[in-house]
Amino acid sequence: MHSFSHNQGEATSLGLEVKIKAEVKGLNFYYGKNKALKNINLSFAENKVTAIIGPSGCGKSTLLRCMNRIHDLYPDIRYEGEIILHPSGINIVSPEVDPLEMRMRIGMVFQKPTAFPKSVFENVAFGLRLQGERRKNVIEEKVEQALRMAFLWDEVKDRLHKSAYNLSGGQQQRLCIARVLATTPEILLFDEPTSALDPVATAKIEELITFLKEKVTIIIVTHNMQQAARISDYTAFMYLGELIEFDTTKRIFQNPSKKLTEDYITGNFG
Amino acid sequence: MHQRIIDKYLEELEAKLLRMGSEVERLLKKAIESLIETNEDLAREAIEMDRTIDAMELEIDRFCIEVLALHQPAAHDLRFVISIAKITPILERIADHATSIAEATIRISQHPKIKSYFKIPIIAEKACKMLKESLEAIISEDAEAARQIIKQDKEIDADYKETFDKLLEMMIEDTSTTAVAAQLLFVAKHLERIGDYIKDICELTVYMKEAVFIKHHGESSEL
Repeated sequence: MHSFSHNQGEATSLGLEVKIKAEVKGLNFYYGKNKALKNINLSFAENKVTAIIGPSGCGKSTLLRCMNRIHDLYPDIRYEGEIILHPSGINIVSPEVDPLEMRMRIGMVFQKPTAFPKSVFENVAFGLRLQGERRKNVIEEKVEQALRMAFLWDEVKDRLHKSAYNLSGGQQQRLCIARVLATTPEILLFDEPTSALDPVATAKIEELITFLKEKVTIIIVTHNMQQAARISDYTAFMYLGELIEFDTTKRIFQNPSKKLTEDYITGNFG
Repeated sequence: MHQRIIDKYLEELEAKLLRMGSEVERLLKKAIESLIETNEDLAREAIEMDRTIDAMELEIDRFCIEVLALHQPAAHDLRFVISIAKITPILERIADHATSIAEATIRISQHPKIKSYFKIPIIAEKACKMLKESLEAIISEDAEAARQIIKQDKEIDADYKETFDKLLEMMIEDTSTTAVAAQLLFVAKHLERIGDYIKDICELTVYMKEAVFIKHHGESSEL
């Protein structure tokens, strides 16, 4: 199994210097009495794409949702263990940490586009206004920057003040990415971001993810094995709430060390 | 375990490789037999077989590409398809060498017989045995057997050197043997190359099973 050394967020892997952005340590997660994550230990490399794969119910989305405390919106949930965000050293799942602040620093893009019933511009400006930004010129600049980063600017620059609902599904998904990017997050979480999109829109999102990793650490949950193979640097395979194997994507897809992983990626499951 | 869609294709790929492998084995045996017995008819039969093998190579090439394009194999499945895609042209080259041996037989048959072929029959027997075993090792994915077969190539190399020297000596001592001995020098070289190719096949069998590259004197995983 691939592992990072935990020395001040630095790690050496296959001769490459890799910095750790977030470290999951002994994480257990409960929905009521149901233990959905069992002693997860995992590091996410900075400016890399890490894919989390596994069958339905394996806990991959649950783990992703721990990363920005989305679970806190629901009652009767409980975290044990830590998720340390580097370099600040904050424990994301600590009760003392404000979940709203975490969601600004760790943005999330969902399976279906979640555009707000507002204009394209206001969708992207939303997080900035929430952060208390009032300067019009700063907001305009950041909105344009985020839309450009999300490969959407050219398509929407002439209809910034029209409803976001007029955009296609793929455009709405990139709008959601722009909305998250506007607040300059440290980590971007993607939960099945292309499962509702056609192949062309999917390819655009995949290119975008590959482009964005230079600026932000990315964690993606996907059912699409080829997508994980195409765009991720590291892959974590989960099963029944446990992390079964974590390694470079190259290794996972060519020569995984666990039989369970091999069975899953080759469709030998069930 | 349920039958996956890809399983049917992998089984078919294996069957195609087996058919091609046994055809190459048959061609090699026939070419050698024609040489030992100086039988022109057998030699021509062997030469004719090469066409079928070329067609089989093309068919497997197309099939491998199809499996890669439509079924996106991963892990062991991927190594299996890649290994077969690489083994097929090697088998085709072995067939080419065997055909060249059959062609040499036809040229040799135009000249008076010579007293000895030295170790050529022994090398030929070893090459046939290695080829048969290497095909069995692919099918059973027996990396250990593949490693053992690789070792046998050294014996062929040693026998080749010895035969080369003996043929040269014979040509110097009795110039009337030159025409046949020169053909036999080529035959010995073809057999020696066949040994090398079988070694390459075995290295791919080790890769298929263990995901390690052992070619170029190394034993390392580059993944």
